[in-house]
Amino acid sequence: MSKPIQIYTEPGSSKEYKTGTWRTEKPVFKHDTCNDCRICVIVCPDACIFGQNNVYDADLDFCKGCGICAQECPVDDIEMVLEVK
Amino acid sequence: MRMMIEGSMGVAHMVMLCRPNVVAAYPITPQTHIVENLSAFKADGKLDAEFINVESEFGAASVVLGAVAAGGRAFSATTAQGLLLMGEVLHNIAGMRLPVVINVSNRSISAPISIWNDHSDAITLRDSGWIQLFAEDNQEIADMHPQAWKIGENPEIMLPVMVNMDGFILTHAVETIEIPDQKEIDEFLPPYKPEYFLDVKAPKTFGNLAEPQWYAETRYKLWETLEDSKAVIEKVADEYKAKFGRYLGGLIDTYRMDDAERVFVAMGSMIGTIKDVIDDLRQEGEKVGLLKIRSLRPFPKEKIREVCGDVKELIVLEKAISFGLGGVLQEELRSTFYKHKNQPIISGFVLGLGGRDIPPTTLVKIYEASKGKEILNEFVDLRPEVAPKGSLVTL
Amino acid sequence: MAETAKTKKIKPPVEEALLTSGHRGCAGCGEALGAKLVMEAAGPNTIATAATGCLEVFSTAFPETAWRVPWIHSLFENSAAVAAGIEACMRNKGMEDINVIAQGGDGGTADIGIGCLSGVLERNQNVLYVCYDNEAYMNTGVQRSGLTPYDARTSTSPPGTESWGNQHQKKNLLAICAAHMIPYAATATVGFPQDLMMKVKKALKIKGAKFLHVHVPCPLGWIYDTKLTIEVARTAVNTGLYPLVEMQFNKVTRVRKIGKTRQPVEDYLKLQGRFKHLFSEAGKEELEKIRQIAQDNIDYYGLE
Repeated sequence: MSKPIQIYTEPGSSKEYKTGTWRTEKPVFKHDTCNDCRICVIVCPDACIFGQNNVYDADLDFCKGCGICAQECPVDDIEMVLEVK
Repeated sequence: MRMMIEGSMGVAHMVMLCRPNVVAAYPITPQTHIVENLSAFKADGKLDAEFINVESEFGAASVVLGAVAAGGRAFSATTAQGLLLMGEVLHNIAGMRLPVVINVSNRSISAPISIWNDHSDAITLRDSGWIQLFAEDNQEIADMHPQAWKIGENPEIMLPVMVNMDGFILTHAVETIEIPDQKEIDEFLPPYKPEYFLDVKAPKTFGNLAEPQWYAETRYKLWETLEDSKAVIEKVADEYKAKFGRYLGGLIDTYRMDDAERVFVAMGSMIGTIKDVIDDLRQEGEKVGLLKIRSLRPFPKEKIREVCGDVKELIVLEKAISFGLGGVLQEELRSTFYKHKNQPIISGFVLGLGGRDIPPTTLVKIYEASKGKEILNEFVDLRPEVAPKGSLVTL
Repeated sequence: MAETAKTKKIKPPVEEALLTSGHRGCAGCGEALGAKLVMEAAGPNTIATAATGCLEVFSTAFPETAWRVPWIHSLFENSAAVAAGIEACMRNKGMEDINVIAQGGDGGTADIGIGCLSGVLERNQNVLYVCYDNEAYMNTGVQRSGLTPYDARTSTSPPGTESWGNQHQKKNLLAICAAHMIPYAATATVGFPQDLMMKVKKALKIKGAKFLHVHVPCPLGWIYDTKLTIEVARTAVNTGLYPLVEMQFNKVTRVRKIGKTRQPVEDYLKLQGRFKHLFSEAGKEELEKIRQIAQDNIDYYGLE
């Protein structure tokens, strides 16, 4: 007799899949006018922006290049740049 | 303690003794007394479970799914239309390997609407991956509940169990039955301790999307476990016998089979009537016996072949029909004996649909009329104006 | 991970998000954002359920899951009932302090799931139900639901010579839920993310049934550039087409007034391809109808 298979998965295992391969544009954090408002962190649908003390960046393994962070940054410190490989 | 109570009350007592965490209740004839009795126990502080009056049977099945996924023990009861409404959830529960126990007070399926007993409801769900056990009398259905949890919660099994009792015939019949005390049930049925459940200390995801490269294995494992459950069903029945002194079968049971040449095969409350008829026929020198099917799923092919030995004829009596093929039990029995060294003549009769009575005289008529013949799927006791030409037994 | 001279100094996040990266939601997905914010506000002492739909499909394709809370998906219509069972079990075991959050899309909540939802609310079980409303059955290809707004293009309500798109009004799900006399029912949007998180936190402090209706724009189904998700959601509020309201025991207790930020409905509609067909000479009458819907909301909730 062998153990039953219940399909269940371990938390956060989605990080095996690098969605960063999807994007065509990437966010460039200029670290110039940033005021630590953390709006970029809050609005990222993929939870891949992190940082502190006026220095923030996106985890490019997962960033899909949606552009919401750049659009919402109140001080225009993020720019979407076409990614050329 | 011996009590003279309705079958439904016996079930309610036993469910209470099994210490569920959650009971989900939605009324449907003829199961209503089960949930009403449980709600009275709750109101008097005797039942510790959360008693949830849900918005539909679909809700009832979903509530017990959630409760068991969260690591608890849960119960609901339903029948016919309610069972079908739960259908989607029942498949989901089996696929998620959650040991829910549901009592089905077997009733015929609409249309036309009928509140009276037959087995078509449970039969329709036989492919769902649930273990299905059928009780012959009120003592057995009461005893089946702790056994059901013990079977389902076995860590090698983790399957839901459907315990079936004939609606009205058993639910509303008053019999004297033995209800064990709490201590005895606690010794037989320990608390539910699953390895995987919804736990904030060890978070897991249940109910993933399974793409083609993953799905098939889960179905294979479900199949494999249902095969493995045969041994567990037998073992639990033996353990129950050892503790409580009562045994009405594991996967099957037999009655006066030792030298039988012709054998009745049936499920459910009919068994009682058949046993009486067999006693009468034996008085007249007939070598007749009974094979009781207690577990419809998993279907005990090996056990049946073993106990049938050299039996010459099987007379299958059933309360359901698979439209477009034939009686379910008879077809499953025919496949059981396929290419087996003993090839009994298997006659099949469909009776009792929609609660039509099965008196001993009908069974005797069937016994006489089918002697030496192979009857393929005959409806019994139909009105003469509808019964097909050449019917052996009509009203 | 990108590395610049400055980012080298950044410490990695102390706590990873409870709906983390690597899920397969579209770029700019409003629902992914909404769910992330709800989980962040709720914290790890949470058990969550979900209905069939975009959220569960893109976050839990075996063997991956993006969820870091205990989570279960059963069927399309029973997210609320499964949560009810979990809550009852937790209560029976004396573990009532664990948050139980049921999640579902607009289809899984307002259409096929409304029976189970009504049951949980009526029984006042200690469950927060969150409806992520992207206004169509997005996962199966943008089909119309009971929460699809008037005149929207969907794949089962396309505009044509005989039709202007979805010909039915958006179901007032908030009113339906509030009518169950639950202690808290509110609307929120990813357009105002901090407000959404505040409402989740507020709801979870209340014992009883809570309902939160979250507006989550969908770049694919609504047809707009992915970067505009927040902009679209915010504009919906400012036109009056999506009022931000809190209700307690069926009484409106707080609204977000839009007097100072009010925008014409065209500002919202022209951002999205699903309303493009209205911008023609013949469409003027339809725009007027939509203006009236917005005005009715503003009048009813006192949003001016």
